[in-house]
Amino acid sequence: MTTLLELENVHTYYGHIHALKGVSLKVNQGEIVTLVGSNGAGKSTSLRTISGIVRARSGRIIFEGRDISTMRPHDVSALGIGHVPEGRRIFPLLTVRENIEIGAWNVTSRADISDRMEQMFVLFPRLKERLAQKGGTLSGGEQQMLAIARALMSAPRVLLLDEPSMGLAPVLVEGIFDIIQRINSEGTTVLLVEQNALMALEVAHRGYVLQTGSIALSDSAKALMNNEMVRKVYLGEN
Amino acid sequence: MVSVRSTTDWLYRYVVFPVGQMLIFIIGAGLVVSVLAYLLAFLFPEPRPNIILVDQINRQLPGMLIAGVSLGFVYAMIALGYTLVYGVLKFINFAHSEIFMFGSVIGFEVMRRLDDTGYMQGWNPILLVAFIVLWAMLLSGLLAVLIERIAYRPLRGAPRLVPLISAIGVSLFLTDAVRAFQAITRNEFNLTYPTIDLPWLKNPIPLAFGETTVNVRVTSIIIIVAAVLMLVAMNYFVNGTKLGKGIRAVSQDMSTASLMGINVNYMISLTFFVGGSFGGAAGALFGMNVGTVTPFVGFIPGIKAFTAAVLGGIGNVTGALLGGLALGMIESFLNGILVYFPALGQRYTDVFAFSVLILILIFRPSGLLGERVDEKV
Repeated sequence: MTTLLELENVHTYYGHIHALKGVSLKVNQGEIVTLVGSNGAGKSTSLRTISGIVRARSGRIIFEGRDISTMRPHDVSALGIGHVPEGRRIFPLLTVRENIEIGAWNVTSRADISDRMEQMFVLFPRLKERLAQKGGTLSGGEQQMLAIARALMSAPRVLLLDEPSMGLAPVLVEGIFDIIQRINSEGTTVLLVEQNALMALEVAHRGYVLQTGSIALSDSAKALMNNEMVRKVYLGEN
Repeated sequence: MVSVRSTTDWLYRYVVFPVGQMLIFIIGAGLVVSVLAYLLAFLFPEPRPNIILVDQINRQLPGMLIAGVSLGFVYAMIALGYTLVYGVLKFINFAHSEIFMFGSVIGFEVMRRLDDTGYMQGWNPILLVAFIVLWAMLLSGLLAVLIERIAYRPLRGAPRLVPLISAIGVSLFLTDAVRAFQAITRNEFNLTYPTIDLPWLKNPIPLAFGETTVNVRVTSIIIIVAAVLMLVAMNYFVNGTKLGKGIRAVSQDMSTASLMGINVNYMISLTFFVGGSFGGAAGALFGMNVGTVTPFVGFIPGIKAFTAAVLGGIGNVTGALLGGLALGMIESFLNGILVYFPALGQRYTDVFAFSVLILILIFRPSGLLGERVDEKV
């Protein structure tokens, strides 16, 4: 298995707050890897550091053999890292079509763009009905679909998903996780951040448990689900 | 058949719709201000002995409307610069009035140099205006980009007040830099545009409206035509091109836009270029219209265009157009009517124009078109 993305002892700060205290993790080609942990553990910060929204103060982030830790977000995106940010962050005043097109910003071939758009309509038929609507008028579930479709338009090698279940009804959450598995089976590697640890571990191959900015545990998803500490703290069992 | 349908669709979206919108705004603003003027005439039938206000308004109405439209377009073009930059950076670029001034000075410099060659009189006047305006646009746009790079970008993460103060500093610096430059090179800074010796350009066109005749200045018509063309182009750029889409995305959510692979700094520079070039074009047209400009000419039109942008709803491109036209119309009517009020006089025009700003800020801070689509979280 080839390693696609690797973090080596990454430290990130927000001002004086030491948010990531030496995080090291690996994502292999074709995997779904999940980062679970409680609020403020550094899950989102890890993804934001990979994307370059916040700069790592030390450590290396290696993507396909290249250190990307000092790159700016648009360059990271152009290398093939798609990011679905926390809270979906749809452009509210752009139409659904424009939102999807924005995702293909660095794709130059018009044929590629329309092909991928068709693929997105297969994956998310709802979006096709809403094309002319403004992004801000969509429901939460539709916005999540749009955010994923938007990130997939650049045909990323790895997709970073930040809390895709946040604020969605359980039925919708299941739909979203089905989609994640489907995207993965079609060849996209996924790094999934979730508070809903159970759901995340069910779809993932491997997982990391983050605690206050550092990795507390890492194992296969199955093993983590059976881990006593994980069951107690994150899966809510007594 | 698909291509025919999409062509008409294109024409509708990027030509018919924006031009229709301008017409509606002009007619609407004209109507509202006319009604107010007649209301004033009803309240004060004879502000001065032997002056019947209604008669005066009847006589001046067409002239005031045309002057209002041309002034309004100048304001709208400057207001666009404020509103575009506000849309992207959420900050008021108070140096924009000096971009306008710079455009008017560039217009003068280009025209003077052309005149010195001796060939200018032979130029086609339309080509001449286009040539001068394009130079003013290019250089003003570049100046705006440079200002952002030097004075605003290093302050991107700072509290909001900091770039605002930087903008005021840049504004003062530019005024004095241009003054010093002109004082050194020309030994004066009242810059009088060379005139073109063309009878049809110099002589106003008499237009008959019933019994009254209005002399319309050709420069007013040039301003209106140029502004309409440029605003149509702007609408196409913002709503119809990929770069425009990128600018809108950056203005709605900068960090998410960067996740999509958009180079945010490039988009911000582009926004400053577009806004600056419109301010510069307005400056050059304004200069050709009034004939003489100074390094201090930017302040009042700048603040008024800012008023227009707030009136229409800051950050809203259509709002800048509406606000500009409305303010231009209000001013033109005040100019025409206030002379008959002995206690006030024309000088009070600015007082009323800025009263509009204060009233808007108190009663409708989001502006006339400032409502946004609710964002679901």
